[in-house]
Amino acid sequence: MAISVDTPEISRDLCQKAGYTYTFLSDPKADVIRRYDLVHAGAGINGQDIARPAEFLVDSSGTVRWVNLTENYWVRARPDQIIAMAKALR
Amino acid sequence: MQAQRCNWPIWAGLLLSVSALLSYFFVFVWFPVTRDFPWANLLLFGIAAVLLLVGVRRAFAPERPRRSKIAGAVLATLSVAMCGCFVFATFIMARRLPASHNAPQLGQKAPDFSLSDTHGKPVSLAEILSSPVNGKAPKGVLLVFYRGSW
Repeated sequence: MAISVDTPEISRDLCQKAGYTYTFLSDPKADVIRRYDLVHAGAGINGQDIARPAEFLVDSSGTVRWVNLTENYWVRARPDQIIAMAKALR
Repeated sequence: MQAQRCNWPIWAGLLLSVSALLSYFFVFVWFPVTRDFPWANLLLFGIAAVLLLVGVRRAFAPERPRRSKIAGAVLATLSVAMCGCFVFATFIMARRLPASHNAPQLGQKAPDFSLSDTHGKPVSLAEILSSPVNGKAPKGVLLVFYRGSW
């Protein structure tokens, strides 16, 4: 599932336009983003705090099994990489 | 009249610099091979640099008028500035990210949370991990934090 500071309305528009079917969660005050230490202060389009890109694969016990904290926001995890890691989960 | 001929390499160089700058954000960013390292754009800038070099040499040939020299210098400077913008946007600006030393690490528990989904319904991590998918217990969940859409 995807998490950002976008409001549910903006995420709903995004899902409709892009055809995403997974869950999109809204963290407008960046509370969870802060708890995960992923705040990129003042980096939003209006200078608001936003999330830095980050991906976590969490198993059914809630344990982190794979993390990707990119060093360059143009570079993200590749889908095949994530699918391979997810397949390895038991 | 050779001096009246259009200095095409300099214009081609400028055009190529513009496309090298913009094509990353509009085209190449959609493909991981050209996105993760912008080799295609750097190649375009390289070809543009050769054209500009040829163009500037032509512009500053003795038989060329003054305006040709001025235009040559201006267009070459613009192109170099575009290359600078590109390098700044992809190699410097994009790397200005927080270190996130306290982010959950491999083997640690992902802190539970509850947030609203697109229908305003609260959804928690624990709930997602315990609700069956297609009648089976889920193997896990992928959390994707992203910058937001704009």
